[in-house]
Amino acid sequence: MFGDYSLGDLGAIFAMQGFAGLILFSVYVLMALGLAIIFGQMGVINMAHGEFMILGAYMTYLCSGFFQAHLPGLFPAYFFVAMAMAFLASGALGMLVEWALIRHLYKRPLDTLLATWGLSLILQQAYRSIFGAREVGVELPSWMMGSIQATGTIEIPINGLFVMAITVLITLMVAGLLFASRYGKQVRAVMQNRVMAGAVGIDTGRVDRLTFGLGCGIAGVAGAAFTMIGSTGPTSGQLYIVDTFLIVVFGGAASLLGTIASAFSISQTQSTLEFFLSGSTAKVITLLAVVAILMLRPQGLFTLKVRR
Amino acid sequence: MAENDLGLESALRRRLLMGLAVVPAAACLPRLALAAAPPTAAVNTTGLAVTDTEVTVGILHSVTGTMAISETGAQQAEKLAIEEINATGGVLGRKIKVIQEDGASDWPTFAEKAKKLLVNDKCAAVMGCWTSASRKAVLPVFEQYNGMLYYPTFYEGLEQSKNVIYTGQEATQQILASLDWVAKEKDAKTFFFIGSDYIWPRTSNKIARKHVENVLKGKVVGEEYFPLGHTQFNSVINKIKLTKPNVIFTDVVGGSNVAFYKQLKAAGIDLSKQVLMTISVTEDEIDGIGGENIAGAYACMKYFQSLKNPNNEKFVAAFKKMWGEKTVIGDVTQAAYLGPYLWKLTVEKAGSFDVDKVAAASDGIEFKGAPEGYVRIHPNHHLWSKTRVGRALPNGQFEVVYESADLIEPNPFPKGYQ
Repeated sequence: MFGDYSLGDLGAIFAMQGFAGLILFSVYVLMALGLAIIFGQMGVINMAHGEFMILGAYMTYLCSGFFQAHLPGLFPAYFFVAMAMAFLASGALGMLVEWALIRHLYKRPLDTLLATWGLSLILQQAYRSIFGAREVGVELPSWMMGSIQATGTIEIPINGLFVMAITVLITLMVAGLLFASRYGKQVRAVMQNRVMAGAVGIDTGRVDRLTFGLGCGIAGVAGAAFTMIGSTGPTSGQLYIVDTFLIVVFGGAASLLGTIASAFSISQTQSTLEFFLSGSTAKVITLLAVVAILMLRPQGLFTLKVRR
Repeated sequence: MAENDLGLESALRRRLLMGLAVVPAAACLPRLALAAAPPTAAVNTTGLAVTDTEVTVGILHSVTGTMAISETGAQQAEKLAIEEINATGGVLGRKIKVIQEDGASDWPTFAEKAKKLLVNDKCAAVMGCWTSASRKAVLPVFEQYNGMLYYPTFYEGLEQSKNVIYTGQEATQQILASLDWVAKEKDAKTFFFIGSDYIWPRTSNKIARKHVENVLKGKVVGEEYFPLGHTQFNSVINKIKLTKPNVIFTDVVGGSNVAFYKQLKAAGIDLSKQVLMTISVTEDEIDGIGGENIAGAYACMKYFQSLKNPNNEKFVAAFKKMWGEKTVIGDVTQAAYLGPYLWKLTVEKAGSFDVDKVAAASDGIEFKGAPEGYVRIHPNHHLWSKTRVGRALPNGQFEVVYESADLIEPNPFPKGYQ
């Protein structure tokens, strides 16, 4: 199939294809990070994860409108404010949901599945009532669109670079928070043994609420970032939820490193196959591979060594 | 009867020409029509919900769920048309009463609600459905209980029913003329097809491929399908860069569209240089995509909001007055607006609400007040209509760059294209 193309063309395409894989990897990590915290660390199956992401996207939409109307001079930089707002809004909603709903269900994990699925329907209809059933267009500052001309044929999309930068930043922050801070120790203690953690004086309720809020907040930031590459509508969150769970489960639920490894392998497989086969076939083969590996290794790629 | 028909029809035409400003003429119409209304027993022999003053019509679209994005415009247009018809005296002297049901983006729900509208509510006609899947789900219901459905979406064809009037274009009407145009104007020889993975894009692309290969003697250098809701198009964009087609031909639907055009732009593909032709993006979708991301792309449709004719200017003004200044009107919204009017004209020609008589009278019904211009119902229950090509502008509207000279005959079972 490559007979007709010059060597230079091929080189350029492979470079861009590699980059496409990296962008997909960043998108997957960003999608899955929040869920890895909530599902991995707390064991809550949060079916409303996509809707928390879309809340972040809608915050970006509101910010873009606000800056255009009132602070047009600062418009090129509004996206950073929007991401902060997205984090705060989704995080606050997450903490509210944890307080009102989730904390009553920690002992009944399967019920959280139903409850959060119901929550996702409620949120979707709320978005529909507030923002309308149609998708909204989020206007981005012009510097974020377009591409960098690296060589004559290689073009690198700026928003791809931006997503990668955000992903690296947030992953480092989460890792730092979970593995190097006092709060992270508490989170891990609560996860491993809730009763014992309570007995040594950790306020488990507070840790749970903050952790759930953190996970939702990160989902919000992801949603804000995805306004660059995807749609913002009441049901757009549904587009991400399956892939997100797939990555977290494949990586091994409780392991942050597993999530990253799984996002990397799935994204590279997907983007390479997509190039050689058609889109739908690529998806089918990727899913088949994941199913096969999970059959051989039900606990996922990485697991924590815990005493059962 | 015949005289009454003429009176109403010419009054309608006059009203459409003069616009809404002619209040006195419109105000005296209901009384005239009521005085002449034929007795219920004569116009309704099959037990439909028709009284001396009212006739019941159903609206069946998704107001909730994924499809609400698309179907909102259609049901808004239908309500506008019905309100206008009521303001000018209704149908056979009877006001239209609307019963609206929500299909909730779920095909079995569509079938269930269709049955409710026909069996419980005895609707004389139903305006509804958007996706082919929902239409396929309700079709047996309409055929079993002998209802009348006015279906607004452009679709893949390969269907024809006594109980359905298709007010959108079938695939050959929409695609062939525009492919001819792009081959001639842009000297296009090579095409790359990208679609969402379900029946409509696959059938449409099949028709397009046959036309490109057999008639235009061009070449299809790639054909790709992605699952509904797919959001990552970087790989296929690289493939496009590698194969360098003259034309990218797309029928991607829903939220995927937004991702596709944003990523296309981010990858440095400039739509003012690369010809892209879509059959799935209307003004509605551009709302979400963002005009600046798709500016320069070509769409082939039968209707664009920017069409310049008195019917359309009046329609756009009335639509915005009823549903808000910011709303946009896409192809399907306009096709949905035709449904109630076509039904009214057919009922008046048949002189009866009976479904059998309406179905039989449909052939040859003309509607001169259509925003897209003159339309006529073909014996196969599709519409004769023009095809147009529009170029997307940064403000989210289309500039019409081509219009077929004549009405194009609907051909839902195209020979040599299957």
